[in-house]
Amino acid sequence: MKMFKNRDIISMVDFSREEIDHILDVAERVEKDPTGCHDLLNNKILALLFFEPSTRTRMSFESAMYKLGGKCIDLGAIDASSLKKGESFTDTIKVISKYADLMVIRHPAEGAARYASEIVDIPVINGGDGTGQHPTQTLLDLFTLKKENKLERVNIGILGDLRYSRTVHSLVYALTLYNVDMTFIYPPSLRLPDWILEHLIKNDIRYKECNNIDEVIGDIDVLYITRIQKERFPDISEYYAVSDSYKVTKSLLVSKAKDDLILLHPLPKKNEIEKELDDTPYAKYFLQVEYGVYVRMALLGLIMGVFD
Amino acid sequence: MLRIESIKDGTVIDHITAGQALNVLKILHITPSSKETVSMAMNVSSKKIKRKDIVKIENRMLKKEELNKIALIATNATINIIKDYKVVEKYNVKVPEIVKGIIKCRNRNCITNLEEIDTKFKLESKDPLILKCAYCEMKTDTIEFL
Ligand SMILES: [Zn+2]
Repeated sequence: MKMFKNRDIISMVDFSREEIDHILDVAERVEKDPTGCHDLLNNKILALLFFEPSTRTRMSFESAMYKLGGKCIDLGAIDASSLKKGESFTDTIKVISKYADLMVIRHPAEGAARYASEIVDIPVINGGDGTGQHPTQTLLDLFTLKKENKLERVNIGILGDLRYSRTVHSLVYALTLYNVDMTFIYPPSLRLPDWILEHLIKNDIRYKECNNIDEVIGDIDVLYITRIQKERFPDISEYYAVSDSYKVTKSLLVSKAKDDLILLHPLPKKNEIEKELDDTPYAKYFLQVEYGVYVRMALLGLIMGVFD
Repeated sequence: MLRIESIKDGTVIDHITAGQALNVLKILHITPSSKETVSMAMNVSSKKIKRKDIVKIENRMLKKEELNKIALIATNATINIIKDYKVVEKYNVKVPEIVKGIIKCRNRNCITNLEEIDTKFKLESKDPLILKCAYCEMKTDTIEFL
């Protein structure tokens, strides 16, 4: 296992099963005693560079940093048009790296965080790059599955935009390291990209694909639901053809699903989950949000060298 | 046999996949403003491969890592280093494990296509040739030059 101190967190492909398990173990320690961590990162500064808006990811990192006693500095809101004019991305991250002890970058282009990690001296955490990777989301998804006892010998259903969703790509990749079956449910135009399917085949992962949730709802132990994100579609008509094309309802789950099925969602959600489900034992998506803070605390602490 | 004269000192790149000679020059950054004398033969019949191109560069000893990039477009290419009309070194090109620059990432939304950044690819597989962008992680089997 490689040292976590000063390490960049860019893509799930950089982590072994053992390393992921270690992060999840540390997150569990944090969860048991979050207040015990309150001064671990005193005098440390986290820079938040969000070149694309994401209030939740940003606030989750902020919350995690504050709970560890650290401070955050923020680049502020940047819209895509201002990225084109003015200072280059390269210069911006080089400058801000001098203000902080570590940084989180979210950027609309794939590879932005990897590139940043090569040109600055402080550790970089990828907060999501285009349709690419979003490793902290994946780690909190895995943490939720682990806490719910659904990370071994289960069938994990993933529903929605499997083509453009970076959350899905990262998660599917990471799940190949665990002993799970996967079921992919998607509108026909939103199938997983070939490279992921090839990866599944190469690793002998059992998976099933279908276009209708009703057909498989009784076979799965976890349903990971994603929203179809308009901004990821290169062609907007393609988006309108699939938006609102699926919805998970209480009546469907009550009549067909396993009693201990759990629902996960990276949030924000729209109409893809019926509101009535929010207060049922199926719904774990708000718990996921809470777990996200512990996972990010674990990562920040590991990178800064305060957890072993 | 050869339709172009032998050279006294320099590098002869033989067995280039037919039609790729100009791309070889591109990879080696040889342009009309370069000082080297370059001769080229295209579509020459060959025993080893059906048709081949040949490039001769006079008075320049190219480095191995530079020449190995040729393998991206011509896997069978052989390098002959010539000194005083004699072949002093001969080897087959080998695809480098990491390719920096020259190739464009085909993902339009890759950071390398949006900022002025040198591209970088890792060799995923030699046969078939598959490269993976070190930044956006997209794999490609089609080489597109910058
Ligand atoms: Zn790329």
